Amino acid sequence: MAENQNTVCFRTMHLDARVRHTLESYRSVGGYRQWERILREKPDPDQLINEVKTSALRGRGGAGFPTGLKWSFMPRSKPDQKYIVCNSDEGEPGTCKDRDIMRYNPHQLIEGMAIAGYCIGATIGYNYIRGEFYEPIARFDEALEEAYAAGLLGKELLGSSIDFDLYTHLGAGAYICGEETALLESLEGKKGQPRFKPPFPAQAGLYGKPTTINNTESLASVPVILEKGGQWFLEQGRPNNGGPKLFSVTGHVARPDNFEIPLGTPFRDLLEMAGGVSGGRALKAVIPGGSSVPVVPGDVMLTTDMDYDSITKAGSMLGSGAVIVIAEGTCMVKVLANLAHFYAHESCGQCTPCREGTGWLARVLDRMLAGQGRTQDLDLLDNVAGRIGGRTICALGDAAAMPVQSFLKHYRFEFEYLVEHGRPLVEAA
Amino acid sequence: MSDDKITLEIDGRLCTAVPGEMIIAVADREGIAIPRFCYHEKLSIAANCRMCLVEAEQGGRPFPKPVPACATPVNDGMKVLTRSKKALDAQRGTMEFLLINHPLDCPICDQGGECELQDVSMGYGEDVSRFSERKRVVKDEDLGPLIATEMTRCIHCTRCVRFGAEIAGLRELGATGRGEDMRIGTFVERTVAHELSGNIIDLCPVGALTSKPYRFTARAWELTSEESIAPHDSVGSNLRLHIRGSQVMRVHPRDNEAVNECWISDRDRFSYEGLSSPERLTEPLLKRNGQWQTVDWQEALHAALEALQAPGPDQLGCLISPTATLEEQYLLQRLVRTLGSDHIDTRLRQQDFRGDAADPTFPWLGLPIAELEQQQGVLLIGSDLRQEQPLLAHRLRMAALDGATIALLNPYALALNHASLQLVAAPPALASELRALSQVLGKPVQGATVEISDRHRQIATALQAAGKAGQGLVLLGALAEADPDYSLIRALAAALAETAECRLGFLAAAANSIGSRLAGSLPHRLPGGAAPKRPGLDAQAMLTDPRQGYLLWGLEPDRDFADPSLAMAALRSAKQVVACSHFKSAALDEVADVLLPISAFAETAGTFVNAEGRWQRFQGAVAPAGDARPGWKVLRVLGTMLEFDGFGQNNAREVHDEVAHACSGLAPDNRLSDARALTAITERSAPSAGALTRIGNLPIYASDALVRHAPALQRTPLAESLAVYLHPQQAADLGLTEGDQVRLIQGAGSHSGSGSVGDNAAAKEARAPVVLDDRIALGCTRIPAGVDGSEALGPIIGPVRIEKIGA
Amino acid sequence: MSFRNTPLAVIQDVDKETLLTPELRAEIDKHVAKYPPEWKQSAVMPALTLVQDHNGGWLSRELMDQVAAYLDMPETAVYEVATFYAMYDLEPVGRHKVCVCNSISCMLGGAEELMHHIEKKHNVAPGGTTADGKLTFKEFECLGACRHAPVVMVDKAYHECVTPDAIDKIIDDLD
Repeated sequence: MAENQNTVCFRTMHLDARVRHTLESYRSVGGYRQWERILREKPDPDQLINEVKTSALRGRGGAGFPTGLKWSFMPRSKPDQKYIVCNSDEGEPGTCKDRDIMRYNPHQLIEGMAIAGYCIGATIGYNYIRGEFYEPIARFDEALEEAYAAGLLGKELLGSSIDFDLYTHLGAGAYICGEETALLESLEGKKGQPRFKPPFPAQAGLYGKPTTINNTESLASVPVILEKGGQWFLEQGRPNNGGPKLFSVTGHVARPDNFEIPLGTPFRDLLEMAGGVSGGRALKAVIPGGSSVPVVPGDVMLTTDMDYDSITKAGSMLGSGAVIVIAEGTCMVKVLANLAHFYAHESCGQCTPCREGTGWLARVLDRMLAGQGRTQDLDLLDNVAGRIGGRTICALGDAAAMPVQSFLKHYRFEFEYLVEHGRPLVEAA
Repeated sequence: MSDDKITLEIDGRLCTAVPGEMIIAVADREGIAIPRFCYHEKLSIAANCRMCLVEAEQGGRPFPKPVPACATPVNDGMKVLTRSKKALDAQRGTMEFLLINHPLDCPICDQGGECELQDVSMGYGEDVSRFSERKRVVKDEDLGPLIATEMTRCIHCTRCVRFGAEIAGLRELGATGRGEDMRIGTFVERTVAHELSGNIIDLCPVGALTSKPYRFTARAWELTSEESIAPHDSVGSNLRLHIRGSQVMRVHPRDNEAVNECWISDRDRFSYEGLSSPERLTEPLLKRNGQWQTVDWQEALHAALEALQAPGPDQLGCLISPTATLEEQYLLQRLVRTLGSDHIDTRLRQQDFRGDAADPTFPWLGLPIAELEQQQGVLLIGSDLRQEQPLLAHRLRMAALDGATIALLNPYALALNHASLQLVAAPPALASELRALSQVLGKPVQGATVEISDRHRQIATALQAAGKAGQGLVLLGALAEADPDYSLIRALAAALAETAECRLGFLAAAANSIGSRLAGSLPHRLPGGAAPKRPGLDAQAMLTDPRQGYLLWGLEPDRDFADPSLAMAALRSAKQVVACSHFKSAALDEVADVLLPISAFAETAGTFVNAEGRWQRFQGAVAPAGDARPGWKVLRVLGTMLEFDGFGQNNAREVHDEVAHACSGLAPDNRLSDARALTAITERSAPSAGALTRIGNLPIYASDALVRHAPALQRTPLAESLAVYLHPQQAADLGLTEGDQVRLIQGAGSHSGSGSVGDNAAAKEARAPVVLDDRIALGCTRIPAGVDGSEALGPIIGPVRIEKIGA
Repeated sequence: MSFRNTPLAVIQDVDKETLLTPELRAEIDKHVAKYPPEWKQSAVMPALTLVQDHNGGWLSRELMDQVAAYLDMPETAVYEVATFYAMYDLEPVGRHKVCVCNSISCMLGGAEELMHHIEKKHNVAPGGTTADGKLTFKEFECLGACRHAPVVMVDKAYHECVTPDAIDKIIDDLD
């Protein structure tokens, strides 16, 4: 495979699979040049942050917050210890891109974290990786060892006065730790319960110190942005939607995979890259940004482009870029029940509406699928979801509510059929 | 309005606030009600119940979602709507979620009628539940004899968890599991063992945590409420007594930021059970030919008068519990002094009175209670503070969390819930330790010192730094006061405090120890603190040099004295003993000739003066038990019968006013006259070779008769029983191991230096098991006082011999 | 003062050398070294993971207490963590853990059939352990490898695009 000049996070993908994650491989594609330049020249961090701002890189974890802007919130002049934390707690159903970044190109994440640390004044970084990722963890740890041995991490790097230490921290199975403040709680050795804001992490984050949390893909994009320029990155995508982005295309497609494509690529093209809908079936629906975002009917998706703004226009969100494709012949009530169980299982339990409401939704759906549904259950589901969304400390409440409301909006007839007949309109997936 | 104030609008009302304040705090101040469950002003913000969601806008831009009033800081120009459609919809939504898994069986719930969830649901709940799935059921945990659980009712507000972590300093309760499986509990079902644990009952907004002794005995609406003051320690916690008929059904705290905030200790909360103890003395009794006979008050009072007059003035001694009210103490000293005796004392657990001449007139804590939290350096000398004064320990913990250095000098190390620097030394060495601290600061005091360690340096310099900042304090506690060298320790503490520019304070042991100073119920003090021409005999001297007649007030002679054996021997040898008491006891049966039942706590009006010198009056809330009479009335009648002047008061208030008048212009002041000279007091000799020093600490639930008769408290792990706590090394030297039964001998001849103890006190013996405890200083053994079996022992701090039984 | 932003540290008055094993302590110490000294508790998750691995895949209360003592944490705080995260097991487990992801992508890819297959073939319900003590079978939420649905985590390894036949082979190969 030849190197694709437009890739960002998967720059080493064209190299021998046995060695593409090594320091040597990464160096061969220009890796660590930006970090070494910073260590040599000590550029003004603001200048680097501006470059990231120019790139219009938006948070790749799901929220889509502009990365450069986030960095600029850090009180750099404060003498406090500051932290950069990478969120590799990838767990949004449908999303499997950060895992591959760590498996195939861990050094680029390290370089991105080091640069981010420099920009925000953090000399310590933690990469919070979900505990189930045994293989990516091992790869990342190996890369850390190499980077330390090469003098790219540690104290007084390359004879400069710059320090940067980087550690891995492992999760142990809790989706909620992907929420940045829950992640901080977990990193502090506690249950992963999101914190209320304010204060925001930039004011009081890890150990009460100013902290920036970025997604794996966001941080891994940074070295390339500095190398090729923010403008270049922006031009890969669309205005306000800079760069290429990783899309995990899963579900009913012939060749599920991660695709690093420019933002703004038509969905139709992406679907084609993934081999189209599997089994030659028609496209029924797409959840375009991870399981938390509203479902979009297939025909709408076929005319939508894959960027933040276009998908918002289509009534959903780009989220983490996890494109879950659902073929005709799938029972949408069953899909929704699966999602509802996920959120009930992953609710941390602190906020009343989410703790009590997510379980309620799941039980009502189970009852409907068991043929015990009632006409009023449809409104009940919609209303209960509405009482969860927007009423909780973190976005898990919204995440649990949005699928319910969107499924009812687009596929209400399937729910009605189920209530009326005691069996699904579409029998099996 | 100062510059740092902002204005905002809540429900159309203009409010002033400090930037950073939360909406709910401003609304509370304005009297605008916002429903809430997790928010509590003394606990950290959790923002998890979502009941206080309100609508808000800033600069004309509405917040996209309803915001929690408890966790949203106010800003200038903010507009808040607490009852708009959006706000009410959010609040109703939360209420529905709280109720779906909550049992709707309020009539069988102990919290029914005073339940925050019930109250709020009246305003925000729906009539019909839309929830038709199965409700959650949660297994209960046994948290011990004080707190009952019904965890299915829990709404996960986490107030109890936060209380444990933040106030109690003990994370026993936690929230385990996640999502709807989250459970509040200890996870391993253990008894919550903390002196403030009962506060979680008040904090729990629902019926998940309730009072075990009170549970299902009454309904909130059957109860009337009376204000009162706690009678056990010198905090004087403000209480609310809940009464049905003539019975105190339970006790709750009454908010007073300056005193107890919104907390009370378990001792103050559950001691009311003692009021209805079957051991209460409910009728006057006379001993005739060795037999007790019930008599009417008239006959009893005549007999009492005869008994008080018979011995002659110098042969009458009056010993009073320091928990007696100011009014009782005042009338008692008036009665006894008019009878011609100055032998009157409330300092029952003190052994060393050599410093009386130097006593300050109005000793006190040295600062207001609330200011304890602001201290930067505190040295506690001879105090097991969590046992003695739970809420003062809480204040010092707050100071410690704020970075203060809390240092302690004790004969045993304390289990504390905050960082501390502890010096541990056997009583004979406490003075040397204090001299070492003074020496570090370059002001050596005459006498031996121990070798100066880093810890001495650390403590002394921290005290000095705190003193320079005006936030340093040296405190003397109950173990210091009980020490045979108290005068010396006090003088050395005063010298150290002066050198380190710290304040000196006294942790008055009992509810009204300070009141004694003002009421004049001490041998060297008249009402208002004046000195009599010639001081009478102190509590110790009245016993070592026994009187022919005694008047005892509110005490149990085998439990409440520094040397119960000595006290009992003196009382046995007396011709006439009149005891006014709340409780019957074998000891009183044995030594008394007249027993008069007097009103206990909650049954009489009175005044306590707390550690910070605060006078707190209270009214009788319930009728006295049986035929008992308020103490001040009994004394008034006795005085009147004797045709003495000054007994014509119509009510307790008039008695109070007389004392207040005598004390006008008197301000608390801890200066000792001639402290330096006192440092030259010679130490009483250390115990002879082979003997140990007994440390007779007073366990928290053995402090006074009322507590000792409160059954639930006595079942808690904090209620100690008689045991011999020894350092493992000490035990090994004595050939003892854990669980060995030993004979304890205190008495004849062993009490060197204090005169004639041995003359009428036979060797005293008790048996107890050995417990190994590496917190005890070498050379001593901790053997609790005030507990069953301790009555056979001698001085609470003094030599003791230990012999293995069967050796 | 909030227990949220200050360490929960309590001084556990035990000889640390008596806790766990020297090897485990050394491993835990490596994690402790990553965090500020007053935040030893940050190492509680890796510590529990190490101890669980050492103990045949589950955490007893005694072991959790030892971790608490070793890290100077209140025991309750350790129980909270151990009961919150799905990878900790607080009851004895089989020699192997077979965790089938049943979140949406895997469900669309046939995870339910896979689970039924395991359930029937090994006579074990999700959450249960086979009679011979070989397997503990779990339904897991998203394992983050959705492009290889359905995914099964067997002990520490991911198996991708797993069919009923494939899972039989995988399980057969386990000891």
